Amino acid sequence: MDDVAISGSLRQRLMFGLVLGAAVLGVILFFAVRSYATQVAQRGQDGILAASAASILDAASVRGGVVDLDIPISAFTMLSTPADDKVFYAVRQDGAFLTGYRDLAGPAAGDGGQARMQSFEFQGDPVRAVTASRTLIGLQTRSAITVTLAQTQDALAVTLQQISRNAAFLGFGFFALAVALSYVAANAAIRPLERLTDSVARRGPQDLSPFEKPVPAEMGPLVGSLNSLMGRLDMSLQQSEDFIAEAAHRVRTPLATVRSYAEGMLQRVDRAENRTAVRSMVRAIDESSRAAGQLLDHAMITFRADHLESQQIDLVDLVQTQVTQLSPIADMKDLELRLHADGAVPCQGDAILIQNAVRNLIDNALKYAPAESVVDLTVTATPRPTVVVRDQGQGFPPDNLDTLALRFQRGDNAKGTIGSGLGLTIAQDVAQAHGGSLVLANQDTGGACVTLSL
Amino acid sequence: MRYLIALIFALWGAVASAQDWEDRRVFNPGASGPVLRILSSTDTAIFAPLIDAFVQDNPTVGVEYFVTNTGDIDRRFRATPKGFDIVVSSAMDLQLKLANDGFALALRDVDHPPWAQWRRSLFAFTAEPAAIVINKAAFAGHAVPQTRQDLIAALRERPEQFRGRVGTYDVRQSGLGYLFATQDSRASETFWRLMQVMGGLDMRLYCCSGAMIDDLTDGTIAVAYNVLGSYAAARADGADAVQVILPSDFQTTMMRTAMVSAQTGQRDAARLFILHLIAPTTGADVLPLPPLPSGTSDRGTIALEPALLTFLDKLKRQKFLSEWEDAVIQQ
Repeated sequence: MDDVAISGSLRQRLMFGLVLGAAVLGVILFFAVRSYATQVAQRGQDGILAASAASILDAASVRGGVVDLDIPISAFTMLSTPADDKVFYAVRQDGAFLTGYRDLAGPAAGDGGQARMQSFEFQGDPVRAVTASRTLIGLQTRSAITVTLAQTQDALAVTLQQISRNAAFLGFGFFALAVALSYVAANAAIRPLERLTDSVARRGPQDLSPFEKPVPAEMGPLVGSLNSLMGRLDMSLQQSEDFIAEAAHRVRTPLATVRSYAEGMLQRVDRAENRTAVRSMVRAIDESSRAAGQLLDHAMITFRADHLESQQIDLVDLVQTQVTQLSPIADMKDLELRLHADGAVPCQGDAILIQNAVRNLIDNALKYAPAESVVDLTVTATPRPTVVVRDQGQGFPPDNLDTLALRFQRGDNAKGTIGSGLGLTIAQDVAQAHGGSLVLANQDTGGACVTLSL
Repeated sequence: MRYLIALIFALWGAVASAQDWEDRRVFNPGASGPVLRILSSTDTAIFAPLIDAFVQDNPTVGVEYFVTNTGDIDRRFRATPKGFDIVVSSAMDLQLKLANDGFALALRDVDHPPWAQWRRSLFAFTAEPAAIVINKAAFAGHAVPQTRQDLIAALRERPEQFRGRVGTYDVRQSGLGYLFATQDSRASETFWRLMQVMGGLDMRLYCCSGAMIDDLTDGTIAVAYNVLGSYAAARADGADAVQVILPSDFQTTMMRTAMVSAQTGQRDAARLFILHLIAPTTGADVLPLPPLPSGTSDRGTIALEPALLTFLDKLKRQKFLSEWEDAVIQQ
C-alpha cells in the first residue's frame, strides 16, 4: 500500500453521491410535504368558511318582499380559532349592501352561487374570503343574496409553522436515515473488493493460482486480468526455472566428462606447476558441478513445494541415512558427525525434500567446520519436529544473518570455500513448504547453529 | 370667512367640553409624564382604588377617567379613537367588535389565559354573573325566588304588588343589557316568558345599573332582572335593603374587558396600566368585583369569540329588538 499512488476513495465517492442524493431528496420531501399539508390546511379553512357562508345563506328568507336575515350564531362560532382570528362579513341583496362590513368586497360567487375563495388584505390584515350566493324567490320577486365572509389567517399561519417544523423534522429524519443506509450500502459494495484484497494478501509467495471464488460482475474484468497476469507470471517463472534446470543438467554431464579427462591428465603430468594448474582446474570443475547440482535441486524443490507429497516419515531415520551417506566426506576432513536423538521422531512431510534440506545443512557444516572437530546433529520431536545442526567453525557473520538464506547469497567469510549460495535457500524453502522455519544463529561458544523446524 | 371659522371652532370647543359624562375624574393631576385617558363603563368609586394604586406605583403618569354607558363608549370611541388610550367596558360584544375592527392594540408580550383574552388585544379582568336582585321588604313573608321560573311564578301570584315595580335594562340603550338579554335568549326560552310577564307588569326600563340599584334600594322597584349582583353588593348603602340572587337554572356571566387604543400615543403607560389591571394582586384584589376564576372559565361565562359579533349584526339586532319590544311593551 505504501508505494501505491492513491487518488480518492471509492467508499467516500459512493458515500458522497448517496448523501448528496439523500440531501436533495430530503429537501424535496420537506417542500413537497409542506406544500401538500399547506394545501390541506388551507382547504380546511376554506371548507369551514364555505360552510359558515352556507349557513348564513340558509338563514335568509323573503317575507313580504323584504329580506329577513337572522345570522345563526353557529355560523360565527364555527369560525372560532385558537389564534382568535378576526371575522368580517358582508351581505348584499342584488348587489346592494344589506348588513355587515360595507367595505368588504370578496370574489364574485360562481354561476350557480357556489362558493369562491380568494385571499387579499382587508383593514390591514391578510384574509381568506369566501363569497357564495343564493336566489330567494318571493311572491313577485326574485332576489340574489350574496354573502362574503372573510377571516384572518393567524391560526393557519400557526398551523403552517407547525407543519413546516414537522416537515423539516421529517426531511431531516429521512436524510439521517438515508445517510445511515448509504454507509451500510457503501460498505456492502466495497466488501467484495476488501475480500479480494484480503485473499491476495494472505497468499503464499509461491501461490500464483487463479482466484476461483465468485465476484460481483463489476469486478469480473479486474479479477480476470489479475488471473491472466498471474497465469503469465506463473508460466514465465516456470519457464525460467525449467530453463535453469535444463541448463544445469546440460552443463553437468559435459562437466563430468571434462573432470574425468582432467583427472586422467593429472596422472600423466609430472611437472609440479602443471599438476597444480590441473588440480585447480579439477576444483573449479567440482564447484561448477556442485552449483549445477544445487540449481537442479532448487528447481526440483520449487516444483515439489507447490505439489507437496506428504507422507509419514521418521526424522531420526532420515537424518541417520544422510549421516551415513556423508560420513566418508567427513572422514576425509577428519570430522566426526554425531547424531543425538531419543527414539523416533515421526512427522508428516516430503521425504525427498527434507533429505535434500538436511544434506545441504550437513554439507555446509562440513565445509565450514575446522578439521578434527565435531558436528552435532540433534533431532527433537517437541514442540515441533526439529533438526539442529551445530558446528565448531567461525559461525555466521552477524551482519548478514538475515540475508544468508536468500538465493545466491554467501557469507562474507565464505571466500575460498566451494559453494553456490543455494544451500540455505533450499533448506529454507523446504521448511516453509512444510509450514516451518529455518533459524540461523551463532553459538555462545563459537560456531554456527542452524535450526530447521517443520 | 375668518370669523366664521373662529365661530365654528368656538362652538365646536363648547360642544366638546360640554360632552356630558356620567362622571369624570383626574388622578395625579400634577403628573410630569403622560396622561392616560381611560374611557370606562365602570363607576369611578369602584375603579378609584385601583387607579390610585397605579399612579402611586407610576408617579409620573396621570390618569383622566371618563365614565359613560357601554353604548356611548362604543360610539365615542369609534368617532375619536385617538382621544382615548384605554377602553374598559362590560359590553363584551361591543369590545370584541372594536377589537375585530382594528381599534385595539395587540400587546404581544402580555401573558393572559387564552379564554380571558382575544388576540392579545382584549383582556378580561373580572367575571360578574347577571343576577336577580330583590328588595327584601317586598318579599317579606314570601319565598325568595331561586330561578327564573320561581320569579315568573312569584310575579304571577302577586301581580298587583309588582305592577310598576319590576325593572331591567332598556336593551335598546344599554350595551350590557343587550348582551345579557341576547345571551339569555340563546340559553333558554324562559327568558322570553319572563320578559312577557314583566312586560305585562309595566316594567321600568333603565339605561344604567346605577339608577336601577338606586330605585331598588329605596323600594321604588321590588325586583330587578339581569343586574350585576357584584355591582349591587359593592354599594354598601344598599347591602341591607337588597338581596342578590344568582339564578340556579342558568347563569350568564360577563367578563369586564379592557383594551388599548390602536392609535394611542401612550403605548408604554397604557401597557403598564393593562398589566396592573390584569395582575391579581394589583387588579382583581383591589377591585370590589368578582375576580376571574382561576384555571379555566366557568360554565355560563360568555366566551370571547366571534359569535359575539352575530347579535351586533344590524339585521339581527333589529329583529331581536323588535321581538323584545313585542314582549316587553304591551299596549
